Amino acid sequence: MTSRNKSARAHRAGAVPYLFLAPAMALFTLFMALPIGYTVYLSLRRTKVSGLGLGKGARKEIFAGLANYAAAVGDGELWAGWLRVLAYGALVLVLMLGLALVFALMLDAAHVRLARLTRISIFLPYAVPGVAATLMWGFLYLPSLSPFGDHPFLSAGLVTFSMANIAVWGGTGFNMLVLYTNLRAVPREYYEAARIDGASELGIALRIKIPILVPSIILTTVFSVIATVQVFTEPTTLRPLTNTISSTWSPLMKVYRDAFVTGDLYSAAATSMVIAGISLVLSFGFLRIVKNHAFGGG
Amino acid sequence: MAAAALPGTRGHARPSPRRPVGIVPTAVLVLGAIYTLFPVSWVVVAATKSKAELFSTSTFAPGTGLLSNLADLFAYRDGVFWLWLLNTALYAGGGAVLSTAVSTISGYALAKYSFPGRNLIFNLLIGGILVPSVVLAIPQYLLFSKAGLADTYWSVLLPQILHPYSIYLARIYAQAAIPASLLEAGRLDGAGEWRLFRRVALPLLTPGMVTIFLFQFVAIWNNFLLPFIMLGDDHKFPLTVGLYTLLAAGANQPSLYNLIITGTMLSLIPLIALFLTMQRYWRTDLSGGAVKS
Repeated sequence: MTSRNKSARAHRAGAVPYLFLAPAMALFTLFMALPIGYTVYLSLRRTKVSGLGLGKGARKEIFAGLANYAAAVGDGELWAGWLRVLAYGALVLVLMLGLALVFALMLDAAHVRLARLTRISIFLPYAVPGVAATLMWGFLYLPSLSPFGDHPFLSAGLVTFSMANIAVWGGTGFNMLVLYTNLRAVPREYYEAARIDGASELGIALRIKIPILVPSIILTTVFSVIATVQVFTEPTTLRPLTNTISSTWSPLMKVYRDAFVTGDLYSAAATSMVIAGISLVLSFGFLRIVKNHAFGGG
Repeated sequence: MAAAALPGTRGHARPSPRRPVGIVPTAVLVLGAIYTLFPVSWVVVAATKSKAELFSTSTFAPGTGLLSNLADLFAYRDGVFWLWLLNTALYAGGGAVLSTAVSTISGYALAKYSFPGRNLIFNLLIGGILVPSVVLAIPQYLLFSKAGLADTYWSVLLPQILHPYSIYLARIYAQAAIPASLLEAGRLDGAGEWRLFRRVALPLLTPGMVTIFLFQFVAIWNNFLLPFIMLGDDHKFPLTVGLYTLLAAGANQPSLYNLIITGTMLSLIPLIALFLTMQRYWRTDLSGGAVKS
């Protein structure tokens, strides 16, 4: 039996694991690989119109090379969208993850009261759809309904902050829970030893807990970056309430407009590839920087 | 500075009455809870106000219009709001059940078998986490159109079954929760692999499956982009898209605000109820192999 111990952990059973994985692989092929391939294909095509573009065969789909990508990269409106999302994303990331970290540390602090009640309350927005959250805050921002007085929350100057607030409100709880779960897994004896050494609660938080949390913070940051780059629901839902949000406010909104309003699928495909590329570069770039600073060093 | 616990220090872990209440952490958390509960409590109160009261009475003064608001909402376009609620339950419930089944059996296969291509398949499936939803949603719509399935229930249900993060969670959970010796013992008794999965693995995986189901249920319930792109017929809308169209129709007609506010309030109830009753299953880390109560 000893010779079998090695394979006991992961059993070899011929075709069985492949059969078990078949549904997932079929779904992967149909709803992930195929659409991605189709996007790449579309992004390299364009419509050629001959004559007046009337009649059958006057519109043909032809190979366009990288022309759609060049157009996407040279598109001023898209860049303006990136800048808006960058400002919005920086606000959301710093506030949301900062608050999530503070709340997680406070929940884990010694002698905290009402921990269960406040934890559930702060996690609650996770169960609120983005559309519903945007509707609630959107009405609270309207001067005719707002309990905060007559501030122009949806004016051009404030709309980015108002929108960031909705995302922070919706996302803090989940990130807090990820970090808090991680903290709960740390043996309490770590902190006891530090307390005996005379460390304060703040010192324990800064010198022991935050370093322990670094991998989780990195993970939540990467996921938040990916979500923020693709912001769509909040600005789209807020749009009917204000005229300061254009139909191309975020890059993803521009993709939607190109594909379904303007009807230019090819440039929409190229733009969505650019968005995918940028979110991949951002998340991998972030991982790299963090790795070099936190773990590498030599 | 805190490499290991000193022997005999465990007694200090008990809170002693001489230590102060953590005023700062408690205050910070209470402020956080007030911030998160504020819009929810506002929408609950606002839904009770009549059209006139909404703009005249003070913010948190309950109104008298709840029943007429509900009646108006359910009368809106022959009760299409009910349909949105049912559709959402169907998309989220059906999608989450299928997603949990696929994730569980995939995670189990990846955790408990060794076979050529295991890492490749795992990486392919997990890589999906990094693919932005937009890169998928628009071509998915085009492909569904070609198959004649755009604007159907299938077009919203099918693309949401595969969920990379759930497969990842299921694998971790299966690794921790199923002792290899149990499977070996079953094999020695002559049980087939499917029987082992059904009779031995599945009962051990159930708590993790509930967690996966809940996360996926909420993700589909809250999804806006996919149904927004796939559907044109408002009889197939989920709540998110329905509420959006309600707002788009009523944003410049303050007389419709009551309808939108009441609809938003009602849309929160099912998920918050699920959320509060299933407290102990909301875990972001399944490596413990068991759900603590």
